[in-house]
Amino acid sequence: MNEFSYIYLIPLIPILTFLFLGFTAKKIKEPVSGYIGTASLAAVFALSVYTAYKYFFEVGMVNGKYEPVLVMIKKGWVNFTDKLAIDLGILLDPISAMMLIVVSTISLMVHIYSLGYMHSDTGFSRFYAYLSLFTFSMLGLVLSSNLFLIYIFWELVGVSSFLLIGFYFEKPSAVAASKKAFIVTRFADMFFLIGILMVGYFGQSFDFETLNSESTIHMITGWIANHQIFSFMGLSIFTWALILIYIGGMGKSAMFPLHIWLPDAMEGPTPVSALIHAATMVVAGVYLVARLFPLFYHIDNGAALGVVAVVGAFSALFAAIIAFTQEDIKRVLAFSTMSQIGYMMMALGVSGYEGHEGLGYMAGMFHLFTHAMFKALLFLTAGAIIHAVHSNFMKDMGGLHKYMPISRWVFLIAALAISGIPPFAGFFSKDEILTAAFEYNKFIWFIGFLVAGMTAFYMFRLYFRIFHNKDTDYGDHKPHEAPFTMAFALVFLGIMTIIAGFIPFSELVSADRMPFHSEIHWTSPLVIGSILIAASGIGIAYLMYYKETDYPQKFASGMGAGYKWAKNKFYMDELYIFVTHKIIFDKISKPIAWFDRNVIDGFMNLLGVTTEKAAEKIKFIQTGRMQDYAMYFVSGVIAIVMLIVYFRN
Amino acid sequence: MIEGVTLFEIMSLTTILFFIGIYGFLTRTNLIAMLMSLELMVNAEAINFVAINKYLSPTVMQGQIFSLFIIALAAAETALALAIILHLYRLTKTVDVKEVKELKY
Amino acid sequence: MDILTLFVVVPVIITLVLVLFTKTLEQARMVTLIGMLVQLGMSINLIYKYLETRNSGDHSIMLFQKNIPWFSEFNAHYHIGVDGVSVLMILLTTLIVIAGTFVSWKITPLSKEFFISLIVLATGVYGFFISLDLFTMFVFYEIAVIPMYLLIGIWGSGPREYAAMKLTLMLMGASALLLVALLGIYFTGSAGGQTPTFDILELSQREMPFEWQKIFYPLAFIGFGTIGALFPFHTWSPDGHASAPTAVSMLHAGVLMKLGGYGIFRFAMFLMPEGALFWQDFFLILAVTGVTYGALSAIQQTDLKYINAYSSVSHLGLVLFALLMINKTAWNGAMLQSLSHGFITALFFALIGMIYGRTHVRDITKMQGMMRIVPLLSVAYVVAALANLGLPGFSGFVAEMNIFVGGFLNNDLYKQALTVFAVTSIVVTAVYMLRLTGRMVFGPTTKVYTGLPKAFWYEKVAIGILVGFITLIGTLPFWWLQFIEDSVNNFIQPLVSK
Repeated sequence: MNEFSYIYLIPLIPILTFLFLGFTAKKIKEPVSGYIGTASLAAVFALSVYTAYKYFFEVGMVNGKYEPVLVMIKKGWVNFTDKLAIDLGILLDPISAMMLIVVSTISLMVHIYSLGYMHSDTGFSRFYAYLSLFTFSMLGLVLSSNLFLIYIFWELVGVSSFLLIGFYFEKPSAVAASKKAFIVTRFADMFFLIGILMVGYFGQSFDFETLNSESTIHMITGWIANHQIFSFMGLSIFTWALILIYIGGMGKSAMFPLHIWLPDAMEGPTPVSALIHAATMVVAGVYLVARLFPLFYHIDNGAALGVVAVVGAFSALFAAIIAFTQEDIKRVLAFSTMSQIGYMMMALGVSGYEGHEGLGYMAGMFHLFTHAMFKALLFLTAGAIIHAVHSNFMKDMGGLHKYMPISRWVFLIAALAISGIPPFAGFFSKDEILTAAFEYNKFIWFIGFLVAGMTAFYMFRLYFRIFHNKDTDYGDHKPHEAPFTMAFALVFLGIMTIIAGFIPFSELVSADRMPFHSEIHWTSPLVIGSILIAASGIGIAYLMYYKETDYPQKFASGMGAGYKWAKNKFYMDELYIFVTHKIIFDKISKPIAWFDRNVIDGFMNLLGVTTEKAAEKIKFIQTGRMQDYAMYFVSGVIAIVMLIVYFRN
Repeated sequence: MIEGVTLFEIMSLTTILFFIGIYGFLTRTNLIAMLMSLELMVNAEAINFVAINKYLSPTVMQGQIFSLFIIALAAAETALALAIILHLYRLTKTVDVKEVKELKY
Repeated sequence: MDILTLFVVVPVIITLVLVLFTKTLEQARMVTLIGMLVQLGMSINLIYKYLETRNSGDHSIMLFQKNIPWFSEFNAHYHIGVDGVSVLMILLTTLIVIAGTFVSWKITPLSKEFFISLIVLATGVYGFFISLDLFTMFVFYEIAVIPMYLLIGIWGSGPREYAAMKLTLMLMGASALLLVALLGIYFTGSAGGQTPTFDILELSQREMPFEWQKIFYPLAFIGFGTIGALFPFHTWSPDGHASAPTAVSMLHAGVLMKLGGYGIFRFAMFLMPEGALFWQDFFLILAVTGVTYGALSAIQQTDLKYINAYSSVSHLGLVLFALLMINKTAWNGAMLQSLSHGFITALFFALIGMIYGRTHVRDITKMQGMMRIVPLLSVAYVVAALANLGLPGFSGFVAEMNIFVGGFLNNDLYKQALTVFAVTSIVVTAVYMLRLTGRMVFGPTTKVYTGLPKAFWYEKVAIGILVGFITLIGTLPFWWLQFIEDSVNNFIQPLVSK
């Protein structure tokens, strides 16, 4: 499409910035590199907004349906076979246009924020280079037109995340965390890759539009109906392929049981946590499911989608429980992120396909959008607080509302939004998720409902303990409000958090790309119920934490072992360490290394040694005495003569 | 063809000579004596050549020419061997092969 | 002189110049460098000529052929020619020799002799890649293997005599098998009273009886496989690499080990297609074992060179694995992987040599936080690690994806399952690569090493060449694949038609 022929600039600008900053990191110092990075991101932001606007309101809508726009940059980047290829193409459709806005907005805000936050850090230029690399990868990911291409960017966001988590590379914990994040997501990506191979094998294409087309779906469902393809445990192999792809998404999106890297990833600088581990990269899994939604929905009547729903709901609940008990504010936010992503997954999982049936899909994407805004805001505010207090722990905070008014108000807005209090953004998206879940399955709805209350509780636990509660004595270092660049980003995102809920999302994004109308029924018991549970969560938090009380201790001791389990994240880390170190390293890898050195190499050495030993044994024939040799010679001659004589006769 | 002497007798003589040579070569430890044994063996062969040539094909002279060659070669060989032995004697002060084991494994 | 023969003549001329006219290190390295730049010019010219010929519509199986009788009694010919894969392999060799020259910029003692051996080694490799005659191929193969003994034995470190002996003996043992296989092909390759020949293009037109193929194919496969680090004949590689001087490790792992996969591709499978199909499943098991086994062993190593040697076992196992899949996509991947692994592993060995030259330690538990001490080398090490674990944008990714997709496209559940098994290696590779960088590059700075010199210009050049080509393959795979596809299409023909 010629209207969008400029669109390759959107990923191109950040990668060029990365290369430029990467090669000149020694020469260009703070703050110039920051300005360069921010300026390039501002350009990307402008282009993204322009593109999304043009797509949604000018070009995209054809006959009442949003038609995808494909801009091919290089066809046949790698041709595997005639049908299977990695084409470098950009696919513009409602969800990618929406993601463009999300990624470029948050990234721009993080760039601006970091001008203040990373001030006088030795790695300032490096930081901006990495941010550009990440932005490039993430934009590439959302714009990919091809399943393999998305895998490429999937790996690239993984590596940018690795570099940024390990940004303070002299800190062993940061190095360990970055390694953990990379390896856990890589492990998930292995399943993703196998899933891609299977989808390619059966679906005959890697192209999203071809895969999602009715003809492909028809072909595959036909095979399933005629038992032409293999099935395992009652599900067709293609469903398994989708589940494997979803495992890849689980890894990136920190779904149980592959979530263990996310809390540790908080070792990275806080703006990174906001950008990568709250707003953009971690929702890649959600985006992936949304991308392949027609396949997920149609194959085996949505069996794979059921898995998505269950994993999402469970992760939402699981993370919310852990979030109750954490003391490190970034970790609370990390678990909250995991919980909210579980929510989005759940929404996709319960969604139907056509028209109003697709409410869950739309709600999931809506929640992705609003969550990106308020969660980034929460993280950035947390960054401002950590910047001021020089600690991550709630016990070192308290009474901060006196010192940091802006941070306090935006944090409150974000906390209300995530709790689902109208009119903030989170309310609208969360309410629609609950409505969709209610129509699908009452049990899943109940989990969602419960998690909504728990979210309100732990968010306000956080809010009260940071800004109210006890009056901590900060000594000479009085906490101060964030500098202008940081405050600007906070306020901007605060405004977004307030207004994002009013976007008529269902008019723009839907599973079948046909706009439909949905609105909040203020009088329905579902809506009232969800507001009430959020309010009661806030109320309990108020009672327990507004003033310093001993309820928390009583509650914790009342829960007994349960509290300890939750505080230790249900010992998932220990389980992983046991499996990797004790089983894989010690029981598999070490014996193999031993086997190689001692058995296989030993065999080769044995050959050498045997030859040498044999030579050692027979060398004594060589006495060095002429007469011995003559003796052998003569004996040999005589023997041969005798043999000849013998055989002649 | 020599009157009254059969080939068998000549062959017996050379065989005896040859094996005396071998015996000497294997048992004597003095290098000079070994060289002499060697000469014995060579000469036995030379006689063989002449005799067999005479008895089998008296018209051609190949065998006799061969034995001439052998004599010449034996002379050269003796000269060489003596030189080696002399040199060895200078180095080791002995001509006893039991004492000379430089070429051992 | 034709364009290809120059590739073996120019090194000989350089060697002569080195022998006759140079004395000092400076002279020797300058002569070598100039000679190698001439070679680079020739390689680029060859690529240009190749593309020109192909674009002009010449689709013959081999280009620039030259056929001169050599030993007419045996009907052995000096028959040379190239196709896409050999052109790329020649380019790879040239670049790695240049990088190796830069890395050995300060080699002592006996610098002149070092460069001579290096060039002789390169000559053998060039000859191997251009030969189309089994006899010629074998001659060049031996020329490539022998200098290795001297290079490791004289300029090596650690237990170098042991390592050199082991490497040479194992490779010689493999050559013996190979020789038997070649003679087998020679004598049984042409049924029906034709004159026996060593010429592969002629042999491919003739029928070799199946019962002979069944016997000689495994010999040829193991013969080539040993140098290509086929499990369980790979153990010369860790010891050999650990003791070899830097440039030799680079050239050996980067180029010489590629002869294995290349030989199987060019000779073994092409001439004995039925034998290849008969033995396919058996060797697949060995190859897949090598892939995961090498990766798992690498986790336990603490010596940088050992880690890399086992990593090579794993990655070259993928080459053999892909070749055995007998499928165009997989074969494209195999050849691309050969190329990619050549650059990546050369980069690794170059960096290991540079770091070892400074710290005199190769044990990763004894180094930490090198990032602050030698920033450029550390960044390059991270890049190499990421390329090695198959990060998109670097060469390894494209190659591995071709291999996996190709493997999976077989309509055979057994091969698909093996492919899935091989895919697990990408995780294990990530584990040991990140463990290595996490220990050595990152972390608090080791005090002992502060103040070590930063990268010198010649080191930067070597790193630049290698990283540049790794990225070029990774970002423009289609350009490289056009060479490979052209060659693979011809050479897979006998196998798929059977």
